[in-house]
Amino acid sequence: MNTYFIKKFLYGDIPEVTAGASDVKNTAAPATESKDTWPLWEVFIRSKQGLDHKHAGSLHAADATMAIENARDVYTRRQEGVSLWVVESKYIHASNPDDAESFYTPAEDKVYRHPTFYDLPDEVKHM
Amino acid sequence: MPIEDLEKAFQNKIDNEIKIEPRDWMPEAYRKTNTRQISQHAHSEVVGMLPESNWISRAPSLKRKAILIAKVQDEGGHGLYLYAAAETLGTGREQMIDDLNSGKAKYSSIFNYPTLTWADMGAVGWLVDGAAILNQVMLCRTSYGPYARAMVRICKEESFHQRQGFESLLVLSKGTDEQKAMCQDAINRWWWPSLMMFGPKDSESTNSDQSMKWKIKRKTNDELRQNFVDMIAEQIKLLGMKLPDPDLKWNEEKKHYDYGEINWEEFWSVVKGNGPCNRQRLDARNKAHNEGAWVREAAIAYAEKKKNKQTAA
Repeated sequence: MNTYFIKKFLYGDIPEVTAGASDVKNTAAPATESKDTWPLWEVFIRSKQGLDHKHAGSLHAADATMAIENARDVYTRRQEGVSLWVVESKYIHASNPDDAESFYTPAEDKVYRHPTFYDLPDEVKHM
Repeated sequence: MPIEDLEKAFQNKIDNEIKIEPRDWMPEAYRKTNTRQISQHAHSEVVGMLPESNWISRAPSLKRKAILIAKVQDEGGHGLYLYAAAETLGTGREQMIDDLNSGKAKYSSIFNYPTLTWADMGAVGWLVDGAAILNQVMLCRTSYGPYARAMVRICKEESFHQRQGFESLLVLSKGTDEQKAMCQDAINRWWWPSLMMFGPKDSESTNSDQSMKWKIKRKTNDELRQNFVDMIAEQIKLLGMKLPDPDLKWNEEKKHYDYGEINWEEFWSVVKGNGPCNRQRLDARNKAHNEGAWVREAAIAYAEKKKNKQTAA
């Protein structure tokens, strides 16, 4: 089998003639989070009619139109959605995780808010 | 709260399988480790596009070309999910991309090997993506929420990558003698580098212990590598090909395959930048980044202009 000649394409994906790239210098401009950085957007997808939009992830885009197009390209390549929302991340306000305990405890001792709290005779059947 | 208590509460959450979310308190080292790992992972997706995109124009049929384009597009998307996950830890994407382009940040060494024949596309899908998937399936349960969610999304898409690779080799393995030889040759060249993808041996891995304790990782390098060997050693039978390891043998006692010693010298040499294609990959990344600069600027300028028009109207 190994007598066959395998045609190896050495153009395009060529190994180094002189191996080693530890001396490669960065030619890109230094990173700055300047005004030239595209803002961050949060992406929400409705997977099918009748369901809520659900947070899918985030991306960078110059404006809303681009954010929606990019979201289409990266988050719905396999028909994951029929509708997209994008919101610039800076407009999202969130509850503070450090306060979570006191913030959400009031709901903890109110078991009477759940239907299972009430014992009813079996004769009632469905209620 | 004193830092010891915060750390204790943090470890408690991890032990109880409660995910860590971006705004939760976390030890600096946890933040740093995750930032490094997630951004490296993102870089690997992005650099991984290079050897494959190179074959789009040379794919043997329209079907294979469409598949390859879809795969390369997926890798770009995976890079984005991961950069976005890493950004939630406080480092900007610009900074991460800059670290990649300057050679400061690492990416998976596997992409420093060249893809010389069409069969390499199949071998990369089957072996390289196959190795990556084992790691990624584990990471779907990693302790940092955004990373875990990105991995779930990625895993859903990745399984097509491995399947198309295997199927592509399967076709070659049933082809002409020359195609069979090409298939075997690709497997020969990609097998050992794929094993290296899991990283150094457990006994020599410096980050492993803490990462396991923090449940960033849930399996050690050697465990994952063994899973991979067991999986591939069986699958290759269907191709009628051979893995280039004379020591590969089923161990009835351990219920695992034994395999030969990895060339660690080569591993470290490639990690340190002396692989066959390190320079080429970084050059390609820098070229793309620099030549795309005007697009990024123009998009910002256009968005500004549109906004000004709206406020003026």
